[in-house]
Amino acid sequence: MALRFRLVVDPIACDGRGTCAELFPERVTLDDWGYPIIAGQPIDEELLKLARQAVKACPVLALRLERIDPSR
Amino acid sequence: MSTSSVTGVSLRSRSASRGVTQPIGAGPSGLPRLLCALTGGATSPHLDAHRATYAAPPPPGREPLHELIDVIEHSGLQGRGGGGFPLATKLRAVAAGKGPRVVVVNGSEGEPASNKDKTLLTFAPHLVIDGAQWAAAAVGATDIYICVDRRASGALTNIRKALEQRRGEGGATLHLVTVPARYVAGEESALVHLLNGGDARPTRTPPRPFQSGVRRAPTLVSNVETLCHAAQVECFGPQWFRQFGLADEPGTALITLSGSVEVPAVYEVPIGVRLSSMLAQAGGTQRGLAGVLVGGYYGTWLDAAQAGSACLSNRSLRPLGASLGCGAVVVLPAGACGLRETARVLTWMAGETAGQCGPCVHGLAAIAGAVSELAAGRPDVDTLARLQRWAGQVEGRGACRFPDGAVRLLRSAMSAFASDVAQHLQFGPCEGAQRPAVLHVPESSGVPWR
Repeated sequence: MALRFRLVVDPIACDGRGTCAELFPERVTLDDWGYPIIAGQPIDEELLKLARQAVKACPVLALRLERIDPSR
Repeated sequence: MSTSSVTGVSLRSRSASRGVTQPIGAGPSGLPRLLCALTGGATSPHLDAHRATYAAPPPPGREPLHELIDVIEHSGLQGRGGGGFPLATKLRAVAAGKGPRVVVVNGSEGEPASNKDKTLLTFAPHLVIDGAQWAAAAVGATDIYICVDRRASGALTNIRKALEQRRGEGGATLHLVTVPARYVAGEESALVHLLNGGDARPTRTPPRPFQSGVRRAPTLVSNVETLCHAAQVECFGPQWFRQFGLADEPGTALITLSGSVEVPAVYEVPIGVRLSSMLAQAGGTQRGLAGVLVGGYYGTWLDAAQAGSACLSNRSLRPLGASLGCGAVVVLPAGACGLRETARVLTWMAGETAGQCGPCVHGLAAIAGAVSELAAGRPDVDTLARLQRWAGQVEGRGACRFPDGAVRLLRSAMSAFASDVAQHLQFGPCEGAQRPAVLHVPESSGVPWR
């Protein structure tokens, strides 16, 4: 089975610059105060590249791709 | 009274001779159990007097003593700090980690409506310490950190006296640590961060303390009351523990009862007792009730009808969206304004944010502001819609669960006081909103985090 990932934000590190929502609107929206709300479902293969770009672009490194443990 | 046969029994002889259900002493047959010390006068007992009832815990070794965890498992003891998590599961998780291990006694009790842990620390400090030593022996811990709210002077005085009396006694090394008087300082990752030299604010998890806690050691963080029950279970046996309470939620629980009741105090009740009979035991409510807050300010409002039928157990409270939590119960009298009370608590909560997570910092302030406007009779047409949206945007988005508590309080208030909400929207503030407030809300402290 292919590895599956989901996007995770560290709410303490995040300071709400919103870069992720600009780069990856497919899965990231912003709340009323500009902090990212991330859709919880696994990132499909075709979106993985965009997700990686968003992770790389986060100026405070608050975003990461987390492997979904298939045993859980 | 000759009880010397109970004292000084070493674990070696005991564990060899007894199965897990064989007690090593006789516990009180009725109630209270934890609060026995109080009924004999409001002073904390000397260690010698304490040892007349309670066998000394075995000195912890490097390896866990799984038979002690088995005893806790048979008792079915669940955490009394708010989470209600089975203690045996926690102990096993810590014991499974690589030693040396650490035990943290959580006596921060930042919940304003709760006073039970301070009561135990003040009047039964040796029971608290015994519980920590039993836990340390169970998981194989070298160090115990007793964390107490910095403002709790009575508790600190008596726990210091108790520690002094134990000087030279074996067991895990005991450390007393005072915790800044902030609500979230009692969150387990915040306590661990404080003990590691940081400030008492929650950290990103995982790792959770049982994986990597104090000095990266596997760390058990357990509530004061939970550990007191654990000491009694180890001494008097799981069957004794189960004589009160429910099969799936056994034992007694301490309830801090406040608000509009004749005798506000800390009560010890069997889990599953009717809320109404507990209120009757406290002399009854003063003027009938508008609602009851269960689980403290981190808890859930019940309306009068729900309060009339609810029992003090998670099984009974869960369908109402509530839980026993830390056991704090606040009675709001008929005629009081639940919205105004909720607005005051939410405003305090907004001030207690650790200031780390955006949705908590901004969301709680926004929610508190909107509920305050509603309570003061100045809502606009969008207030309710905004509150609903913000509740959804805040829930589950902090590093800790503090913002979730604010959302739960908000939602339960909107439902328990639905007719008040309608009234406030249509006619402005009710009469109750002009009366003196009922809930005690501390000043938002703003004290430093370490």
